[in-house]
Amino acid sequence: MAEGDADRSGPLLEVKGISKLFGGVHAVEDVSLSLARGEVLALAGDNGAGKSTLIKMISGVHRPDGGEIRYRGEPVDFPNPQAARDRGIETIYQDLALADNLDVGANVFLGRELMCRRFGFLPVIDRKRMREEAGRSLAELDITLHRLDLPVRQLSGGQRQAIAIGRAVHWQARVLIMDEPTAALGVPEQRKVMALIRNLRGSGAGVIFISHNLGDIFEISDRIVVLRRGLKAGERRTAETTPDEVVRLMVGG
Amino acid sequence: MTALTLEPGRLRWLGWAAALRAWLFLGFLALFFEAWARIAYGTSFFGNGFNLQSIAVFAVAPLLLALGQTFVIISGGIDLSVGFTMGLAAVIVAHIANIAGDAFGPVTGFVLAVLITLPASAVPGLINGWLVARLGIPPFIGTLGMYGVARGAAYLVAGGTSVPVSNPLLAGLGSGSLLGVPLVVLVAIVVVIAMHYLLSQTRFGQYTYAIGGNREASQRAGIRVGRMTLMLYVLSALSAGVGGILYTARFTAGAAQAGEPLLLDSIAAVVIGGASLFGGSGTIIGTVIGALIIAVIQYGLVFVDVEPFWQFIAVGVVIIISVIVDQSQKRLGSWVVRHG
Repeated sequence: MAEGDADRSGPLLEVKGISKLFGGVHAVEDVSLSLARGEVLALAGDNGAGKSTLIKMISGVHRPDGGEIRYRGEPVDFPNPQAARDRGIETIYQDLALADNLDVGANVFLGRELMCRRFGFLPVIDRKRMREEAGRSLAELDITLHRLDLPVRQLSGGQRQAIAIGRAVHWQARVLIMDEPTAALGVPEQRKVMALIRNLRGSGAGVIFISHNLGDIFEISDRIVVLRRGLKAGERRTAETTPDEVVRLMVGG
Repeated sequence: MTALTLEPGRLRWLGWAAALRAWLFLGFLALFFEAWARIAYGTSFFGNGFNLQSIAVFAVAPLLLALGQTFVIISGGIDLSVGFTMGLAAVIVAHIANIAGDAFGPVTGFVLAVLITLPASAVPGLINGWLVARLGIPPFIGTLGMYGVARGAAYLVAGGTSVPVSNPLLAGLGSGSLLGVPLVVLVAIVVVIAMHYLLSQTRFGQYTYAIGGNREASQRAGIRVGRMTLMLYVLSALSAGVGGILYTARFTAGAAQAGEPLLLDSIAAVVIGGASLFGGSGTIIGTVIGALIIAVIQYGLVFVDVEPFWQFIAVGVVIIISVIVDQSQKRLGSWVVRHG
């Protein structure tokens, strides 16, 4: 583990009164939210409501023009996405995550390959151990792959998504941000990814999840934050609200 | 918790097919020339030690260009400048072996020549890498420019003519053999083993594949893609530099045009060996088979007494067919993924 959890009781991530201006227009204005360990937070809102801008500030793509982000009890200011990733805030992108021509183990360990010595002196990449450890990590999320030595090109979109998420968890990601994770998938694959997000709760990571699909939102989220025209229109516990109410918050009125 | 069971892929055979294709082709050519030799001349083509040795020596120069090219192509690039980088190295090694040999004796002259030629041949690679990695120039254009620059530089260094070698050690490297295996072939085998290790067993090789597979994902995984790209073009140039040294040793003269016809051969060897021109796949073993295929075609055509110009046509046709086969395999693959 990269660093000790000094403040285990407080929220994992806290966003306080955050704003972002693009050319004098508020894309996000004075939005606050918090995310607890093991919680799935859904961000809902119409196109242009500011969902993507908000998560891009959290993941270090944009720097906020106002407000504060606190991560594990400390204020943070990420100059770039790498800095956010290094601290454990990982965004899962569908197409950008994996090298299609490498196997599952190589993808999970990409950039951090395990080495061993052959003949006692020659350093070589330890593919067997990378596959085994990748398999164990995925198994903890209840993902079973029959073969770990195939290029991930040969896996389906949902399987690749699962590997990208598994990799993030393997490398101690605490906050996983997913922008429309099921958008490009067929229905059976969507079910699998939803099940995987549910399983993530057990790993202690917090999930921020953007979706247009109210069915998905109500199925797996614990809380829903609704944005409208850059402002926070409301926040509800999923168990205490209805799709109708969320739609009303999204469109106003 | 809900268990997610992921099915195994059904396309494993496609990966094998790319490698198998090269072996099958080599086998087919071997049978073809063997049959021709037996029918037309009543002799064996491959049962003849001289033929085997000639094919191996023939394959050395295109193979050395192809070894570095393999890395560049796997990473999704291409290096069109290798032929004249080889020519530049061929001329430089001849000059320095002569000058330093006169001044310090043949042994020191030979060692100095090799030690100076290798870094000198890395320079075109450094510039290629800088153009591609830092300035974002497409590899096809950047290395095509370097093709012209290296060509001019090689002719200038040579003074417009070929440079005869007076150093006995350099000449000995070209003509000598150990246990019946020519020294130039032994040097090539050592380079092949080193390149195979580098590509298949090290982080450098792993990142070469990763960049060719998904540049963005590689960057996000913390791989320094720009620095890797630079090193890949330097490796390609160094590989061509070794090719130039062996050329000069073999012909006891350095010539600027040493590698001129070999660019096509080197790319053909890589592609016939199963690498994709779109990056992401390829192996050193495949490239070795590819270079052998080309050497067998070229030597075989001379052996059966066909006009030598047919070699160029044959290699050109083979390179095009290889790419067509590679693309149709990919299309078949994605069709199976969608419909299978």
